[in-house]
Amino acid sequence: MASLYTVKGILILDNDGNRVLSKYYDDSMPTVKEQRAFEKKLFQKTNQSSAEIVMFEGITCVFRSNIDLIFYVFGSSQENELLLATVLNTLYDAISIVVRENIEKTTVLDHLDAVMLITDEIVDGGIVLEADPETLAVNATISSRDEGPITEQTLAQAWNKAGDILRRHLS
Amino acid sequence: MSYHKKDDEHDRNPFTHLEKTTVLQEARSFNEMPINARKCIIILTKILCLVHQGETFGTREATETFFSMTKLFQHKNVALRRMVYLCIKAMSTISEDVIMVTSSLMKDMNSKDDIYRGPAIRALCTVADGTTLQSLERFLKQAIVDRNVSVSSSALVSSLHLLSKGQDVVRRWVNEVQQAANNSTGMAQYHALGLLYHIKQRDRLAVQKLVATQMRNPALSSPFAYCLLIRYASKVLDQDPDGSVNEDIFAFLERCLRHKNEMVVYEAARAIVSVKNVTSRQIAPAVAVLQVFLGSPRPVLRFAAVRTLNKVSITHPNALKSCVLDMETLITDSNRSVATLAITTLLKTGTESSVDRLMKQISSFMHEITDEFKIVVVEAIRALCLKFPQKYPVLMNFLSSTLRDEGGFEYKRAIVKTITSIVENVKEAKETGLAQLCEYIEDCEYPALLTSILDMLGTQGPTTSHPHKYIRFIYNRLILENSVVRAAAVDALTKFGQHCEGVRQSVVIILRRCMLDSDDEVRDRVMFALSILEGGPAADITHMMLTESETEYVVKCTKHAFAEHIVFEYSVTNTLNDQILENAQVVMEGGEQEIDADDVIMIPAPKIEYDQTVSSFVAFPSDPTVGAQTFETRLDFLVRDVDPDTQEVAEDSYEDTYALEDVDLEFADFMQAVSKPNFSSAWSAMQGVAEEADTFNLEAIKSLQDAARNIPSFLGMATCEKSNVVPEDATRHTLFLSGVFVGNIPVLAVAKLAFDQGVSMELAVRSENEDLCTLILQSVA
Repeated sequence: MASLYTVKGILILDNDGNRVLSKYYDDSMPTVKEQRAFEKKLFQKTNQSSAEIVMFEGITCVFRSNIDLIFYVFGSSQENELLLATVLNTLYDAISIVVRENIEKTTVLDHLDAVMLITDEIVDGGIVLEADPETLAVNATISSRDEGPITEQTLAQAWNKAGDILRRHLS
Repeated sequence: MSYHKKDDEHDRNPFTHLEKTTVLQEARSFNEMPINARKCIIILTKILCLVHQGETFGTREATETFFSMTKLFQHKNVALRRMVYLCIKAMSTISEDVIMVTSSLMKDMNSKDDIYRGPAIRALCTVADGTTLQSLERFLKQAIVDRNVSVSSSALVSSLHLLSKGQDVVRRWVNEVQQAANNSTGMAQYHALGLLYHIKQRDRLAVQKLVATQMRNPALSSPFAYCLLIRYASKVLDQDPDGSVNEDIFAFLERCLRHKNEMVVYEAARAIVSVKNVTSRQIAPAVAVLQVFLGSPRPVLRFAAVRTLNKVSITHPNALKSCVLDMETLITDSNRSVATLAITTLLKTGTESSVDRLMKQISSFMHEITDEFKIVVVEAIRALCLKFPQKYPVLMNFLSSTLRDEGGFEYKRAIVKTITSIVENVKEAKETGLAQLCEYIEDCEYPALLTSILDMLGTQGPTTSHPHKYIRFIYNRLILENSVVRAAAVDALTKFGQHCEGVRQSVVIILRRCMLDSDDEVRDRVMFALSILEGGPAADITHMMLTESETEYVVKCTKHAFAEHIVFEYSVTNTLNDQILENAQVVMEGGEQEIDADDVIMIPAPKIEYDQTVSSFVAFPSDPTVGAQTFETRLDFLVRDVDPDTQEVAEDSYEDTYALEDVDLEFADFMQAVSKPNFSSAWSAMQGVAEEADTFNLEAIKSLQDAARNIPSFLGMATCEKSNVVPEDATRHTLFLSGVFVGNIPVLAVAKLAFDQGVSMELAVRSENEDLCTLILQSVA
């Protein structure tokens, strides 16, 4: 429990239980077969559930669904549940900013590269790396340095936009 | 950007029906000039998608893709570059020659543009090997103390990964990490604190100092860092319950209860309630904040709070009095886990009158919750039944239905453990519980549970009103199960045979049928059992220690003598927490008897875990006429190493031998000392049966007192009529001795002692067996 390795995995499944994105950070489920079996059980327990948290097979999993997607973050059953929930909300909010608050399967797939970059920066090998949704969203959507010089001003604009979306989203 | 046409309903998702070969084909366009950033990003996303879907890549295809990917470093698009990093990380374990991207990544790591630096460091440390790492050391140390949080965090987290992969070079960066811990902001505080702890964790004083310093650090702001510091602080409390900093730690934890971030508040609350030997008063503030969480609209908060309070209900049930109303409202919570935890908490803290209502409530959704929570319920029932024994009918009824439910091993084990504990502690529930377990073993799929239930039937069954009821259930296991379970069934039957006259005969008949069992171990146990059950009652039991009591393995020998057999029971205790002993067998060599190897029965202790005592047996035909014998003994066994911290058990085992003290077998071992209250009338009553007498000069004995001590213990007989007391100035004395020889033969003896320079003895022996009288006189000579 004294370790920084707090997150065992991040998943985004669609409403049929298919993978949109999957990251497993430790080797407790090394094969795809084991992972799929776990996801199937997870999906059964969480699909159309408002519980927001489940615990089974030594794992605590927090989840959040929207239209046709479910977002999951899971860790050891000893893990601080609110810490896992913080990571989940960061993921959800950062993606929300990128897809302009319109989270559903098509928009997420439209921005899959950004979603992957966000996931990569939230958790690195099981360690929470960045927990600020705005920073994550901005980092994942800066596309080009050479298509016009990046200035303090453009960066500030991006920040403001992200802030606006987030505030509306949270209110 | 848009990867697909909105109107294409059939294939809305360009990433679901990916073909690996097609995507790898597309990846060749990485080599095209000029680079089309958008197109390449899509292809890289597709490659990562394949990885996410679980597609595997061959070394060659991975290496080819990896190589063409390096071309993309020529383009400056940030998103493209970061996608390349992602693919490098994903391919790094499959592809060969990953080291070729080192220089490109190093360039990015030292770029003027901060956006590249963090991600490049992380990618670089994924591909770096020991040698590369040495050339990177200077840059990584700089990055750790970089003023940019993302760069510093990336370097710290990557260092942690390297350290947990065994790259000890990271330990040399302790000064930089220390600097980062003191000066950094945001998430880098969290990472620096974590890395610093990892480097110092084996040095208790250093950890204590780290915690003390950081608790006073006014710049500490990251909620994650707070959570981590709380964990380290409670570790310090745990390891050093009387430490000088403990007051400060408690003050810090209480301060954290007022932190503005709920994650920190909760971490502090659960740290406080888990402190060893904490008082109800000390946990009151923590319970208060958890109580507030109980009313939160967010399920995660309610879950976290009720789960923690459920644990508190075991240690401090009275501290939860104020939460009862809040818990009651959670009984119908839509999150069944929350409802379960609330109900079990109430069961543990509530009164007897509420039991029926709560049990009814929980039965209604037992099928909806996971095994983890079913175990919580079952464990609450165990506590409940011990607290309110008269409630056993409703509770046992509930347990019986759970036994019939679907469920995994851990869940079933919890149920069996609970029923066992109730059977052992609540007298009224004993027969109900045993009947439930008997029914359960008829279709129990777990051998470990079967053996433990059989063992418990053997212990508890013989003292019930109808012991014969259980024989049939045990017999069924003897026919239907694997050898481990059959052996346990034999042991259980043996116990019934030993303790209940009424069933002994049927047990013997059943065991005889098992003499041809296909398994050696089972046959040995059957032979052993029969030698006990058919050989009449044990004649004598003597104990001796074969090791010092403070050694690695403590071995005690108990000798059981039967008419036909002598049985040596060696109870072996494993006092090492880093070993499991397997197949432990005491081997006896020497002695005066000629014994056919086929007549020796040896039963090893199959497995002895730390702090457990398990017996190994040796039995062979007894022959009291041989006289005193000495056997050299040793313990042969297999050792399986265990990590005492993680409980991880080694896959390999190795043989080992441990020398033991010699074991003596003497005449006295065949005799049981049984006192006669009225010796003279017993002696007269034996007049006319066999009597032998002889006179001896006892050269080794110096006084009458000495003789009165040694002769009874040599013969294994009891002294009667207080004849063991010899007046100090006496020159003559008579000992009245009584005993029962193996085979249930009473023996009486009168030893007339006289002292005149030495001790002489006239010994007369009476018993129904003339040979025995002679044997006793011979043994003295």
